[in-house]
Amino acid sequence: MGTLQCNSLTKIYEDKRKALDNVTFTVETSGIFGLIGRNGAGKTTLIRILATELLPTSGAASINGFDVLKQEDELRERIAIVPQEARAIRWMTAEQTVLSYLLWRGYTYGDAKRLADESLAKLGLQEYTNVLTSRLSGGTKRKVLIATVMASEADVIFLDEPTTGLDPISRRELWEILRALGKERFIFLTTHYLEEAEELADKIGILKDGKLVSIGTLSDLRKSAKYQYSIRLPPNAPVPTLKDGEVTTGAHGNTQVMTNEEEAFRLARLLSDQGTQFSINPVTLDDIFFYLVGQKARDE
Amino acid sequence: MKNYPVVLISTVVAPLSLLAVVTFVSKGSLFGTAIEGGLIMNFFSSGIALSSDLSHLKNDFKLQDMVVSSPTSSRLYMSGMALAEIVYSIPSLVILFVLLAVYVRPSLTQTAVIFVVLLLMFTMAGALGFMLSTISTDVVQSFAFTRLLSLLFTTLPPVYYPITYIPKKFQYFAYLSPTTYAAEITHQATGYLVIPNSLLLADWIILVGVSVIILVIAIKNTRWREI
Repeated sequence: MGTLQCNSLTKIYEDKRKALDNVTFTVETSGIFGLIGRNGAGKTTLIRILATELLPTSGAASINGFDVLKQEDELRERIAIVPQEARAIRWMTAEQTVLSYLLWRGYTYGDAKRLADESLAKLGLQEYTNVLTSRLSGGTKRKVLIATVMASEADVIFLDEPTTGLDPISRRELWEILRALGKERFIFLTTHYLEEAEELADKIGILKDGKLVSIGTLSDLRKSAKYQYSIRLPPNAPVPTLKDGEVTTGAHGNTQVMTNEEEAFRLARLLSDQGTQFSINPVTLDDIFFYLVGQKARDE
Repeated sequence: MKNYPVVLISTVVAPLSLLAVVTFVSKGSLFGTAIEGGLIMNFFSSGIALSSDLSHLKNDFKLQDMVVSSPTSSRLYMSGMALAEIVYSIPSLVILFVLLAVYVRPSLTQTAVIFVVLLLMFTMAGALGFMLSTISTDVVQSFAFTRLLSLLFTTLPPVYYPITYIPKKFQYFAYLSPTTYAAEITHQATGYLVIPNSLLLADWIILVGVSVIILVIAIKNTRWREI
């Protein structure tokens, strides 16, 4: 099992905008790595650098031992990307889309045809093989693009916001596909849907203003958060005095108490004794993201 | 082309319509030069079409990003796509080559000269078109560029007819276009234009020189892995 390493990656564009600021991390190239961040946080810049599309201003990176800057030819044999806003070419059928990509990658026509058909079948797209992609739904088009990179020999697949713009059902269908794909290849996924990262990723990185502010499993991230538990109370419910924690009251009067494990269970016992309805949960990625990315994001 | 057959018709109509106009206006006397002009226009337009077509695939479909992150090199991508443009032109090329064989009846040497000129046109226009596509950020701009360059290099210059048909002072402007040299060489090779050997040699030197310069500029300025 290899690793993906970034060492002090910095990217400053021609207009002096700093998109990445000294990003350093290492992840194993297995399963799914999810990179989350707000729009403009630097997710696409990082994925484009790693996918050898863009040169960094400084720093280094490697994937499974191949230097992203110096060994791009060797690396490109082993990676594939579905860029942000990529669309299936509308005057081609689903099969032609996959086939042409494989031919570009150097497969013979026979192998490309076989792999294209296998990949489309694997994603349940057989019925669309000879259908123009212009006639497919948004979710199916996106699946065709995933089938395209899946059909290749690449063992590292970059997906830049693959579910943006899809309806909830299509998103969940795609999650199933990505979950299965993540068992065979390493998927480096960027998203701004926190529940998507929470649902899919084995490890999560959080980018803020070009800086990596946290990285780890969801459990690691929970530990890094100031409070690990969230208690929600209905409107007008009395809030017990806290020894440690923060209380937030929403617009409709719902109350959220963020606190540590010991205090959460103390409050839970207290609320049960009072007969107050409540729910208690470990903090979600949503809570952690807002905590790490800052109050400004919450306000906006 | 298979999925949208109407594309076939549009690729045939453009070069043949100008051929028809020049032939009718000249009462048939310029049919031979117009056939050669049609071939030059076809090859130049096929090459320069890379500018808009690849820009469309790059900016609207993000295809170039997918290809950059694959084992495909920029030269292979350019060559493959350029050949695809020629495939689109096959219907009109077949008609033009049949007309050339039947009406002009070029010898083996004349055929070789025409092929070398067409190859230079295609290489030059293809390299230029590819370079423009890689630096373009907007497909609308790219389509405008393609139309403008096609017009400036294949419609306005004396490509469908001999250069002697235009007034002397406009001939100087015509020589700003490499297609003028290409047409002069083919028209001379098939006997439609008589020019001194020194001028023919100059035509070849300029045509090859311009092609090499454009190729070098294109290689240096093509944006594949972005910085």
